[in-house]
Amino acid sequence: MKTTLTLLLACLFLGSAPLRAAEEFRPIKLQSLRGDTPVDKTNEAEMFKQEKDRAPLPRDFVQQPPLIPHSIRGYNITANFNKCMDCHAWSKARQANATKVSLTHFKDRDGKELANISPRRYFCTQCHVPQTDAKPLVGNTFEKAETLKPQ
Amino acid sequence: MSEQKDQPRSLWKRIAGGGSVALAIAFVAGIVVWGGFNTAMELSNREEFCIGCHEMKENVFVEYRNTIHYQNRTGVRATCPDCHVPKEWGPKLIRKIQASNELLHKALGSIDTPEKFNAKRLELAQHEWARMKKTDSHECRNCHNYDYMDYGEQGRRSSAMHQKGFGEGKTCIDCHKGIAHSLPPIEQDIGASKAGTAAEQAKPAS
Repeated sequence: MKTTLTLLLACLFLGSAPLRAAEEFRPIKLQSLRGDTPVDKTNEAEMFKQEKDRAPLPRDFVQQPPLIPHSIRGYNITANFNKCMDCHAWSKARQANATKVSLTHFKDRDGKELANISPRRYFCTQCHVPQTDAKPLVGNTFEKAETLKPQ
Repeated sequence: MSEQKDQPRSLWKRIAGGGSVALAIAFVAGIVVWGGFNTAMELSNREEFCIGCHEMKENVFVEYRNTIHYQNRTGVRATCPDCHVPKEWGPKLIRKIQASNELLHKALGSIDTPEKFNAKRLELAQHEWARMKKTDSHECRNCHNYDYMDYGEQGRRSSAMHQKGFGEGKTCIDCHKGIAHSLPPIEQDIGASKAGTAAEQAKPAS
Protein backbone atom coordinates (compact mmCIF):
# COMPACT_ATOMS: atom_id res chain seq x y z
CA MET A 1 0.00 0.00 0.00
CA LYS A 2 2.75 2.34 1.06
CA THR A 3 4.79 1.54 -2.04
CA THR A 4 1.80 2.20 -4.28
CA LEU A 5 1.25 5.58 -2.66
CA THR A 6 4.89 6.48 -3.02
CA LEU A 7 4.82 5.36 -6.63
CA LEU A 8 1.71 7.45 -7.32
CA LEU A 9 3.30 10.47 -5.73
CA ALA A 10 6.44 9.89 -7.74
CA CYS A 11 4.34 9.68 -10.91
CA LEU A 12 2.66 12.99 -10.15
CA PHE A 13 6.07 14.58 -10.17
CA LEU A 14 7.68 12.64 -12.96
CA GLY A 15 4.85 11.97 -15.39
CA SER A 16 3.31 8.62 -16.33
CA ALA A 17 6.26 6.84 -17.98
CA PRO A 18 7.81 5.47 -14.76
CA LEU A 19 4.41 4.11 -13.67
CA ARG A 20 4.22 1.89 -16.73
CA ALA A 21 7.77 0.68 -16.13
CA ALA A 22 6.98 -0.10 -12.50
CA GLU A 23 3.91 -2.07 -13.54
CA GLU A 24 5.83 -4.11 -16.08
CA PHE A 25 8.49 -5.18 -13.59
CA ARG A 26 6.29 -5.65 -10.57
CA PRO A 27 7.18 -9.18 -9.31
CA ILE A 28 4.47 -11.79 -9.22
CA LYS A 29 3.53 -12.53 -5.65
CA LEU A 30 4.06 -16.25 -5.07
CA GLN A 31 3.63 -17.83 -1.69
CA SER A 32 4.46 -21.35 -0.60
CA LEU A 33 3.68 -22.90 2.78
CA ARG A 34 6.82 -21.33 4.19
CA GLY A 35 5.37 -17.87 3.49
CA ASP A 36 7.68 -14.88 3.17
CA THR A 37 10.60 -16.51 4.96
CA PRO A 38 13.78 -16.15 2.86
CA VAL A 39 15.52 -19.35 1.81
CA ASP A 40 18.43 -18.81 4.18
CA LYS A 41 16.13 -18.43 7.21
CA THR A 42 13.99 -21.00 9.00
CA ASN A 43 10.34 -20.56 9.86
CA GLU A 44 9.65 -20.48 13.53
CA ALA A 45 8.21 -23.79 14.59
CA GLU A 46 4.57 -23.64 15.65
CA MET A 47 3.81 -24.86 19.12
CA PHE A 48 2.03 -28.18 19.09
CA LYS A 49 1.14 -30.26 22.06
CA GLN A 50 2.02 -33.92 22.02
CA GLU A 51 -1.05 -36.06 22.67
CA LYS A 52 -1.22 -37.90 25.97
CA ASP A 53 -0.53 -41.64 26.24
CA ARG A 54 -3.49 -43.66 25.11
CA ALA A 55 -4.52 -47.08 23.79
CA PRO A 56 -3.50 -47.94 20.19
CA LEU A 57 -5.38 -45.87 17.61
CA PRO A 58 -7.50 -47.61 14.94
CA ARG A 59 -6.24 -47.43 11.34
CA ASP A 60 -7.97 -45.44 8.61
CA PHE A 61 -6.82 -47.63 5.72
CA VAL A 62 -5.54 -51.17 5.75
CA GLN A 63 -1.94 -50.45 4.74
CA GLN A 64 -1.58 -47.58 7.22
CA PRO A 65 1.44 -47.89 9.50
CA PRO A 66 -0.08 -47.80 12.99
CA LEU A 67 0.29 -44.44 14.73
CA ILE A 68 2.36 -44.04 17.88
CA PRO A 69 -0.12 -43.47 20.73
CA HIS A 70 2.44 -41.99 23.15
CA SER A 71 5.07 -39.27 23.40
CA ILE A 72 8.47 -40.17 21.93
CA ARG A 73 10.32 -37.14 23.23
CA GLY A 74 13.94 -38.04 23.84
CA TYR A 75 13.58 -41.47 22.22
CA ASN A 76 16.61 -41.65 19.97
CA ILE A 77 16.85 -43.87 16.95
CA THR A 78 20.52 -43.69 16.03
CA ALA A 79 23.05 -46.03 14.46
CA ASN A 80 24.05 -46.93 18.03
CA PHE A 81 20.69 -47.63 19.57
CA ASN A 82 16.98 -47.83 18.80
CA LYS A 83 14.95 -46.79 21.84
CA CYS A 84 11.67 -48.17 20.43
CA MET A 85 13.08 -51.70 20.65
CA ASP A 86 13.27 -51.32 24.45
CA CYS A 87 9.55 -52.15 24.50
CA HIS A 88 8.46 -53.18 21.02
CA ALA A 89 11.07 -55.89 20.36
CA TRP A 90 9.53 -59.36 20.57
CA SER A 91 11.69 -60.17 23.60
CA LYS A 92 10.37 -57.14 25.52
CA ALA A 93 6.84 -56.58 24.23
CA ARG A 94 4.99 -58.94 26.57
CA GLN A 95 6.71 -57.54 29.67
CA ALA A 96 6.24 -53.96 28.55
CA ASN A 97 2.63 -54.58 27.51
CA ALA A 98 3.51 -53.07 24.14
CA THR A 99 2.60 -53.95 20.56
CA LYS A 100 5.07 -56.35 18.97
CA VAL A 101 6.83 -55.24 15.78
CA SER A 102 4.95 -56.73 12.83
CA LEU A 103 6.37 -59.91 11.31
CA THR A 104 6.40 -58.09 7.95
CA HIS A 105 9.41 -56.16 9.27
CA PHE A 106 11.57 -59.28 9.60
CA LYS A 107 12.21 -59.76 5.89
CA ASP A 108 15.36 -58.34 4.31
CA ARG A 109 15.34 -56.90 0.79
CA ASP A 110 16.15 -60.30 -0.73
CA GLY A 111 13.05 -61.78 0.91
CA LYS A 112 15.07 -63.73 3.48
CA GLU A 113 13.36 -64.08 6.86
CA LEU A 114 15.43 -62.83 9.80
CA ALA A 115 15.18 -63.47 13.55
CA ASN A 116 14.72 -59.77 14.32
CA ILE A 117 13.72 -56.64 12.42
CA SER A 118 15.56 -56.02 9.18
CA PRO A 119 17.98 -53.07 9.03
CA ARG A 120 15.81 -51.56 6.29
CA ARG A 121 13.00 -51.30 8.88
CA TYR A 122 15.26 -49.82 11.54
CA PHE A 123 14.08 -46.22 11.39
CA CYS A 124 10.62 -46.60 12.93
CA THR A 125 9.60 -42.95 12.61
CA GLN A 126 9.96 -43.06 8.83
CA CYS A 127 6.46 -44.56 8.85
CA HIS A 128 5.18 -44.57 12.43
CA VAL A 129 4.49 -41.13 13.84
CA PRO A 130 3.08 -39.74 17.09
CA GLN A 131 0.14 -37.35 17.03
CA THR A 132 -0.10 -33.69 18.06
CA ASP A 133 -3.03 -31.29 18.36
CA ALA A 134 -2.11 -29.67 14.99
CA LYS A 135 -5.05 -28.76 12.76
CA PRO A 136 -4.96 -29.74 9.05
CA LEU A 137 -3.38 -27.00 6.92
CA VAL A 138 -5.95 -27.43 4.14
CA GLY A 139 -9.38 -29.04 4.04
CA ASN A 140 -9.78 -32.56 2.67
CA THR A 141 -12.52 -35.07 2.05
CA PHE A 142 -10.65 -38.16 3.20
CA GLU A 143 -12.85 -40.97 4.44
CA LYS A 144 -11.96 -44.07 6.33
CA ALA A 145 -11.82 -47.26 4.24
CA GLU A 146 -15.24 -48.93 4.09
CA THR A 147 -13.86 -52.20 5.38
CA LEU A 148 -12.47 -50.51 8.48
CA LYS A 149 -15.65 -48.65 9.43
CA PRO A 150 -17.40 -50.20 12.41
CA GLN A 151 -20.35 -52.28 11.21
CA MET B 1 56.88 -2.87 93.09
CA SER B 2 54.70 -1.06 90.71
CA GLU B 3 57.45 -1.04 88.05
CA GLN B 4 58.01 -4.74 88.51
CA LYS B 5 54.27 -5.29 88.14
CA ASP B 6 54.04 -3.01 85.13
CA GLN B 7 56.84 -4.60 83.15
CA PRO B 8 55.46 -8.09 82.70
CA ARG B 9 52.02 -6.65 82.03
CA SER B 10 53.31 -4.48 79.21
CA LEU B 11 55.22 -7.42 77.81
CA TRP B 12 52.10 -9.51 77.98
CA LYS B 13 50.18 -6.71 76.38
CA ARG B 14 52.76 -6.48 73.63
CA ILE B 15 52.59 -10.20 72.96
CA ALA B 16 48.82 -10.15 73.10
CA GLY B 17 48.75 -7.12 70.82
CA GLY B 18 51.11 -8.67 68.30
CA GLY B 19 49.19 -11.94 68.51
CA SER B 20 45.87 -10.34 67.76
CA VAL B 21 47.35 -8.51 64.79
CA ALA B 22 48.78 -11.79 63.50
CA LEU B 23 45.46 -13.48 64.18
CA ALA B 24 43.61 -10.76 62.31
CA ILE B 25 45.98 -11.09 59.34
CA ALA B 26 45.62 -14.87 59.40
CA PHE B 27 41.84 -14.49 59.62
CA VAL B 28 41.66 -12.13 56.64
CA ALA B 29 44.14 -14.23 54.67
CA GLY B 30 42.07 -17.31 55.48
CA ILE B 31 38.93 -15.68 54.15
CA VAL B 32 40.73 -14.55 50.99
CA VAL B 33 42.38 -17.92 50.33
CA TRP B 34 39.36 -20.03 51.25
CA GLY B 35 36.90 -17.75 49.51
CA GLY B 36 39.15 -17.46 46.47
CA PHE B 37 39.58 -21.21 46.30
CA ASN B 38 35.85 -21.85 46.51
CA THR B 39 35.06 -19.07 44.04
CA ALA B 40 37.57 -20.52 41.58
CA MET B 41 36.08 -23.98 42.09
CA GLU B 42 32.56 -22.63 41.54
CA LEU B 43 33.71 -20.82 38.39
CA SER B 44 34.74 -24.20 37.02
CA ASN B 45 31.27 -25.51 37.91
CA ARG B 46 29.33 -23.66 35.26
CA GLU B 47 27.94 -24.75 31.91
CA GLU B 48 29.97 -22.03 30.13
CA PHE B 49 33.18 -23.37 31.63
CA CYS B 50 32.35 -26.96 30.64
CA ILE B 51 31.65 -26.08 27.01
CA GLY B 52 34.74 -23.88 26.87
CA CYS B 53 36.44 -26.94 25.35
CA HIS B 54 35.30 -27.89 21.86
CA GLU B 55 35.39 -31.56 22.91
CA MET B 56 32.39 -30.93 25.16
CA LYS B 57 30.70 -28.26 23.07
CA GLU B 58 30.62 -30.20 19.81
CA ASN B 59 29.86 -33.67 21.11
CA VAL B 60 28.03 -34.12 24.39
CA PHE B 61 26.61 -30.59 24.64
CA VAL B 62 24.95 -30.80 21.22
CA GLU B 63 23.27 -34.05 22.25
CA TYR B 64 22.20 -32.62 25.60
CA ARG B 65 20.53 -29.64 23.88
CA ASN B 66 17.77 -31.90 22.60
CA THR B 67 16.89 -33.30 26.00
CA ILE B 68 14.49 -32.36 28.76
CA HIS B 69 17.28 -31.36 31.12
CA TYR B 70 18.30 -28.57 28.74
CA GLN B 71 14.91 -27.19 27.79
CA ASN B 72 11.48 -27.95 29.20
CA ARG B 73 8.05 -26.59 30.05
CA THR B 74 8.97 -24.80 33.28
CA GLY B 75 12.59 -23.85 32.57
CA VAL B 76 13.99 -25.71 35.56
CA ARG B 77 17.27 -27.05 34.21
CA ALA B 78 20.05 -29.39 35.13
CA THR B 79 23.31 -28.18 33.63
CA CYS B 80 26.57 -30.15 33.29
CA PRO B 81 27.81 -29.89 36.92
CA ASP B 82 24.37 -30.68 38.37
CA CYS B 83 24.76 -34.25 37.10
CA HIS B 84 28.51 -34.67 36.76
CA VAL B 85 29.90 -32.97 39.90
CA PRO B 86 28.79 -33.87 43.45
CA LYS B 87 27.24 -31.00 45.41
CA GLU B 88 28.91 -31.87 48.75
CA TRP B 89 32.25 -30.16 49.33
CA GLY B 90 34.43 -33.22 49.99
CA PRO B 91 33.22 -35.38 47.09
CA LYS B 92 33.25 -32.29 44.87
CA LEU B 93 36.92 -31.66 45.69
CA ILE B 94 37.78 -35.30 44.98
CA ARG B 95 35.98 -35.13 41.62
CA LYS B 96 37.79 -31.89 40.77
CA ILE B 97 41.15 -33.51 41.55
CA GLN B 98 40.23 -36.48 39.37
CA ALA B 99 39.46 -34.00 36.59
CA SER B 100 43.20 -33.33 36.27
CA ASN B 101 43.25 -36.59 34.28
CA GLU B 102 40.79 -34.96 31.89
CA LEU B 103 43.18 -32.02 31.54
CA LEU B 104 45.96 -34.45 30.64
CA HIS B 105 43.80 -36.02 27.91
CA LYS B 106 42.82 -32.55 26.69
CA ALA B 107 46.55 -31.88 26.23
CA LEU B 108 47.05 -35.28 24.56
CA GLY B 109 44.08 -34.65 22.28
CA SER B 110 42.54 -38.03 23.09
CA ILE B 111 39.03 -37.02 21.98
CA ASP B 112 39.68 -33.94 19.88
CA THR B 113 37.69 -35.11 16.86
CA PRO B 114 34.13 -36.51 16.71
CA GLU B 115 35.62 -39.79 15.38
CA LYS B 116 37.99 -40.09 18.32
CA PHE B 117 35.19 -39.16 20.71
CA ASN B 118 32.82 -41.79 19.33
CA ALA B 119 35.56 -44.41 19.45
CA LYS B 120 35.89 -43.69 23.18
CA ARG B 121 32.18 -43.13 23.85
CA LEU B 122 31.54 -46.56 25.36
CA GLU B 123 34.47 -46.30 27.77
CA LEU B 124 33.59 -42.75 28.84
CA ALA B 125 29.93 -43.70 29.31
CA GLN B 126 30.88 -46.72 31.37
CA HIS B 127 32.90 -44.50 33.73
CA GLU B 128 29.88 -42.27 34.31
CA TRP B 129 27.50 -45.22 34.72
CA ALA B 130 29.87 -46.79 37.26
CA ARG B 131 30.20 -43.51 39.19
CA MET B 132 26.42 -43.05 39.29
CA LYS B 133 25.82 -46.64 40.30
CA LYS B 134 28.36 -46.36 43.14
CA THR B 135 26.60 -43.35 44.67
CA ASP B 136 23.08 -44.72 44.14
CA SER B 137 22.59 -42.03 41.45
CA HIS B 138 23.21 -39.31 44.02
CA GLU B 139 23.21 -36.44 41.51
CA CYS B 140 19.84 -37.51 40.09
CA ARG B 141 18.40 -37.70 43.57
CA ASN B 142 19.48 -34.15 44.39
CA CYS B 143 16.32 -33.21 42.49
CA HIS B 144 14.39 -36.45 41.93
CA ASN B 145 13.58 -37.82 45.35
CA TYR B 146 11.77 -41.06 44.79
CA ASP B 147 10.33 -41.16 48.29
CA TYR B 148 8.13 -38.28 47.18
CA MET B 149 7.16 -39.54 43.72
CA ASP B 150 3.41 -39.47 43.19
CA TYR B 151 2.74 -42.56 41.12
CA GLY B 152 -0.82 -41.36 40.49
CA GLU B 153 0.58 -38.34 38.63
CA GLN B 154 3.05 -40.41 36.61
CA GLY B 155 2.28 -41.93 33.24
CA ARG B 156 0.94 -45.46 33.01
CA ARG B 157 4.29 -46.87 31.93
CA SER B 158 6.57 -44.87 34.21
CA SER B 159 4.41 -45.53 37.26
CA ALA B 160 4.55 -49.29 36.72
CA MET B 161 8.26 -49.37 35.93
CA HIS B 162 9.30 -47.12 38.82
CA GLN B 163 7.48 -49.20 41.42
CA LYS B 164 8.88 -52.39 39.97
CA GLY B 165 12.41 -50.98 39.74
CA PHE B 166 12.52 -49.57 43.26
CA GLY B 167 11.04 -52.83 44.56
CA GLU B 168 14.02 -54.62 43.04
CA GLY B 169 16.43 -52.12 44.64
CA LYS B 170 17.45 -50.52 41.37
CA THR B 171 18.86 -47.02 41.10
CA CYS B 172 18.09 -44.34 38.47
CA ILE B 173 21.10 -45.03 36.21
CA ASP B 174 20.22 -48.73 35.94
CA CYS B 175 17.46 -47.85 33.48
CA HIS B 176 17.92 -44.15 32.62
CA LYS B 177 21.06 -44.38 30.52
CA GLY B 178 21.53 -42.09 27.56
CA ILE B 179 18.89 -39.60 28.73
CA ALA B 180 21.12 -36.56 28.29
CA HIS B 181 23.67 -37.81 25.75
CA SER B 182 23.65 -40.32 22.91
CA LEU B 183 24.25 -43.92 23.89
CA PRO B 184 27.32 -45.84 22.71
CA PRO B 185 26.62 -48.73 20.31
CA ILE B 186 24.31 -51.19 22.10
CA GLU B 187 23.86 -54.69 20.70
CA GLN B 188 20.21 -55.17 19.74
CA ASP B 189 20.67 -58.02 17.26
CA ILE B 190 19.55 -55.93 14.31
CA GLY B 191 21.66 -56.21 11.17
CA ALA B 192 25.42 -56.40 11.46
CA SER B 193 26.85 -57.01 14.92
CA LYS B 194 27.99 -53.93 16.85
CA ALA B 195 31.16 -55.61 17.96
CA GLY B 196 32.16 -55.46 21.58
CA THR B 197 29.15 -53.84 23.21
CA ALA B 198 27.36 -55.91 25.77
CA ALA B 199 23.67 -55.11 25.78
CA GLU B 200 23.18 -56.39 29.31
CA GLN B 201 25.76 -53.99 30.65
CA ALA B 202 23.98 -50.98 29.25
CA LYS B 203 20.37 -52.09 29.60
CA PRO B 204 19.80 -54.69 32.28
CA ALA B 205 16.83 -56.95 31.60
CA SER B 206 13.82 -55.29 33.16
